[in-house]
Amino acid sequence: MNALREKARELLATKTVQVVIGYAPGSGGAARALFVREAAQAGELVFDETCLQNLAAYLMKPEVRRLGRAALVARPATLRTILQLAAENQLAESSLLALVPGADGVLSLSTFSAIEAHVAAQDNDLSAAEKSELEKFAAMGLDERREFWQEQFSRCLKCYACRAACPLCYCTRCTVECNQPQWIPVPAHDLGNLEWNVMRAMHLAGRCTNCGDCSRACPVGIPLYLLNQKLCSDVLSSFNQRSGMAARADHSLSTFKPDDPEDFIR
Amino acid sequence: MPDFQPKIVAFVCNWCTYAGADLTGTSRMKYSPQVSIIRFPCTGRIDFMLLLKAFASGADGIIVSGCHPNDCHYSSGNFHARRRWIIFRGLLDFLGIDVRRVQFSWVSAAEGAKWAQLVNETSERIRELGPFAGYQRLRGLGVG
Repeated sequence: MNALREKARELLATKTVQVVIGYAPGSGGAARALFVREAAQAGELVFDETCLQNLAAYLMKPEVRRLGRAALVARPATLRTILQLAAENQLAESSLLALVPGADGVLSLSTFSAIEAHVAAQDNDLSAAEKSELEKFAAMGLDERREFWQEQFSRCLKCYACRAACPLCYCTRCTVECNQPQWIPVPAHDLGNLEWNVMRAMHLAGRCTNCGDCSRACPVGIPLYLLNQKLCSDVLSSFNQRSGMAARADHSLSTFKPDDPEDFIR
Repeated sequence: MPDFQPKIVAFVCNWCTYAGADLTGTSRMKYSPQVSIIRFPCTGRIDFMLLLKAFASGADGIIVSGCHPNDCHYSSGNFHARRRWIIFRGLLDFLGIDVRRVQFSWVSAAEGAKWAQLVNETSERIRELGPFAGYQRLRGLGVG
């Protein structure tokens, strides 16, 4: 933690970056995001197991971009998100550097290729627990699955906190706001809730980096990560692609192979 | 349910399946009348939301059909669509929506007979599955 504070102080003092985006203690035992713009403020930074938020979400905010070059305290999923945003032509290489706190100090990654090398060396698979949860779903009956999701979605308030938290939901005009036609009904009833959640998942298919911020943001605790992980695993098994592995990559649903495997089209 | 007449919505591409369905008609082949055909420029244009809207509007089954691989008028629309369907179908199944209600197919402009057979078989399968009560109940719970 001291190494991180020291690094932040140095980056700000030498004007290498204009802002360090990191974590500070928040309410209820959680960490909150902290924007450090003066070297003297760097002592407020913390990094521990409560620091879960994917800070890459801020890189897409115009008000954050206006601050100048940013140093971002990055967890494994944050690094994948940076690469995915770069692959979608949303980030300039010169606009950020990633700070990865580790056991022996802080690693400063200033180029996309350095981030790529770091991501390639880390474990980007779904964890064993995540995989077994998906297998549990696959083993359930169709009606059981439908009832599960209907119950989950019935609690959805359509507050769109999942969208606000997601670093990859960066469209300035979301389909949800389109009313000619009205793709997603405004009131939070079961049909619209299903449509919204299907749409959110589909628009993140092949892009989601499984940071889990949507589920953590959800005020009613809908396990949105399950949908994302299902799509991550389908994209990997069908197209052998993972999101957030390279700064230049084809988006898996905007490209194709002549022999993409399927067994249901007749 | 012997007198159940399923509502089937077919999303087809302009260049292959629509022409194929036209051939079925001009060849005087009779097929199940429960299908409503909606013509699209390309299967690549068929957004997954349109399929959900069809179910929300009371469809019991859906057919999505376009040009065979390598035959797309725009060269790759059907390949892109195929990727989307692979992912979307998996998601529907994960959410507990019966994917037997959505039939994907390639029907060329020369395959009038295949179109008739496809519609008849899909119609028969949806008849066996019955009305899409689960989804329509969902609609009933809402206001729109």
